[in-house]
Amino acid sequence: MPAAPAAGIRTKGRIQRMHSVLGDRKSVAILLGPALLVYSLVMLLPMLWSLGYTFFTGSVISGFTWAGTANFSKLLDDPALPGALWFTVKYAVVITVGQVLVGYLLSLLYVFFLRRAGSIVRTLVFFPVILPTVAVALLFQKFFEFAPQTGPVNAAIEAFGGTGIDWFSTPGNAFFVVALMDIWRSMGFYAVLLYAGLLDIPDEVMEAASIDGASTWRLIRSIIVPLSLPVLVSSLVFSINGTLKAFDSIYALTGGGPGSATTPLTLYMYQTSFAYGDYGYGSTIALTLTALCLLVTVFIFRGTRRDTGLG
Amino acid sequence: MTLTTEPTTPAPAVTKRRPARNRNVGRTLRRLPGHALVGLLLLVVAYPLIWLFLGSFKTQDEFLNKPTTSLPESFTNFANYTQAWSSVATYLQNSLLTVLPSLALIIVLGTAAGFALEVLVWKGRQTTLMLFLAGIMIPGQMILLPLFTVYFQLHLTGTLWPLIITYTATGLPLTVFMMATYFRAIPKTVFEAATMDGASVIRSFWSIGFPMMRNSVLTIALVQFFFLWNDLLIALTFTTDDAQRTVQVGLLNFTGQFGVVEYGPTFAAICINVLLILAIYIFLNQRVMRGLAAGAVKG
Repeated sequence: MPAAPAAGIRTKGRIQRMHSVLGDRKSVAILLGPALLVYSLVMLLPMLWSLGYTFFTGSVISGFTWAGTANFSKLLDDPALPGALWFTVKYAVVITVGQVLVGYLLSLLYVFFLRRAGSIVRTLVFFPVILPTVAVALLFQKFFEFAPQTGPVNAAIEAFGGTGIDWFSTPGNAFFVVALMDIWRSMGFYAVLLYAGLLDIPDEVMEAASIDGASTWRLIRSIIVPLSLPVLVSSLVFSINGTLKAFDSIYALTGGGPGSATTPLTLYMYQTSFAYGDYGYGSTIALTLTALCLLVTVFIFRGTRRDTGLG
Repeated sequence: MTLTTEPTTPAPAVTKRRPARNRNVGRTLRRLPGHALVGLLLLVVAYPLIWLFLGSFKTQDEFLNKPTTSLPESFTNFANYTQAWSSVATYLQNSLLTVLPSLALIIVLGTAAGFALEVLVWKGRQTTLMLFLAGIMIPGQMILLPLFTVYFQLHLTGTLWPLIITYTATGLPLTVFMMATYFRAIPKTVFEAATMDGASVIRSFWSIGFPMMRNSVLTIALVQFFFLWNDLLIALTFTTDDAQRTVQVGLLNFTGQFGVVEYGPTFAAICINVLLILAIYIFLNQRVMRGLAAGAVKG
């Protein structure tokens, strides 16, 4: 680069040279270009395109016809929408709280009871995290099965004198199994994530408090929880981001049933688009979901800024 | 869950304050509820998987007429596995053929972009990073329909390309964001020194930046691998016939394939998938855990 000789002082010249090299436009284009191109073409462009679909009706097979704002008035009148919206929110809140809470309790168990010797336990509890969702869903389906095979859960209920429950026939029970499954398969992840956060708390702080006579409960409440708040918040953000968009586990476990009792927006959109071939209305539901995600994200970022005192 | 009684268990903090001589017995007794809790935890985690494994050796008759908790009559009955394998083999092949190329692309493109966004100095990099960040939030449903239209019109449906392309794109936002975060932790002086010694930007990325990121790259690769391997939505949308089904889609259709639920083969098919992941996990678990412990997911 020709910038160097111009400066009289040598170091100044070097700094200029460095900046001009690290700011080289061609290098930026080579390194960033491919990723940005793929991302723009396959995610950003389709997103805008999807917005365009909300003004049409039809599908790629049947062809599209202009619908104006019909999809949006349909959205407001749709009797199935409030149920799907409510289930999405209910699911996201319950699963997020469940995952992070159970994960946090496990991480406390790791740190205070198992200590560094708990590697085997951590490894085992983590295993379901990486299992395919569909495999876990099918496993739970059979595990909670009522008939023709009596699954272990119902077998246990019967062994204790109760009568078996057809878990997937009522909305409440179906939701319970979905929630249980999602917490079962993700608790190990949040446990490890939060465990890492707890390990960052200096031992001296805990020792000092413990010497000062703080009880275990008090230690948790006054030192551990506040000090692990940032990583707790990260976990919540990560969890809610995933649970709002949950599709796989529900689709594979209950298929949205019984009826449409466990149908979140993600699944409703999928059914509308591919079972009924209405891309226009499907896009409108997808837009509703995106708006919901956006709203929650903005809300969380505001909240966390205040909590961690960064903003 | 059953684990809510847990906060009372951290006993060591209490023992620490007592300089008793006979602490060993007391310590063991005090730790008993904790041990019971850990035992229960392991049971909750492991039993469904053990039950699955046992089930994969049972015959249809055993499933319907024997207690579900009983052991299989024979552990050498591999009929379920051979029947399951005939279709699962194709599914596994499809999954590997889509996930591995996508993963390679995600890592190379994502790391380069992270480097360009964090180490290089140019106008608008903050905005570009935010643009990528927005992608983490976008639900897959928002891009499915236009992509389906395009793939359909380009006659790509019926091949694995739609999956590879879509996986690569959906994996990029998180990868770029995480790589940018990791590059931020490396002192700028490293790259400044390289530049002063006359290395070009591309060279200092390939020879210094990328190798320094080896651990982070592995972490992200693992995280993305499981995301892609677990994906159902994209695979379900873009696979139109049995020949392109990935493991997830195939498994889902497996139950229905025989009309009446044939438990044995279904269990064996699920089991093959679980064992495969287990095989990977046995070799890489410490890296997975260490990676996550190093702060894999910074929200």
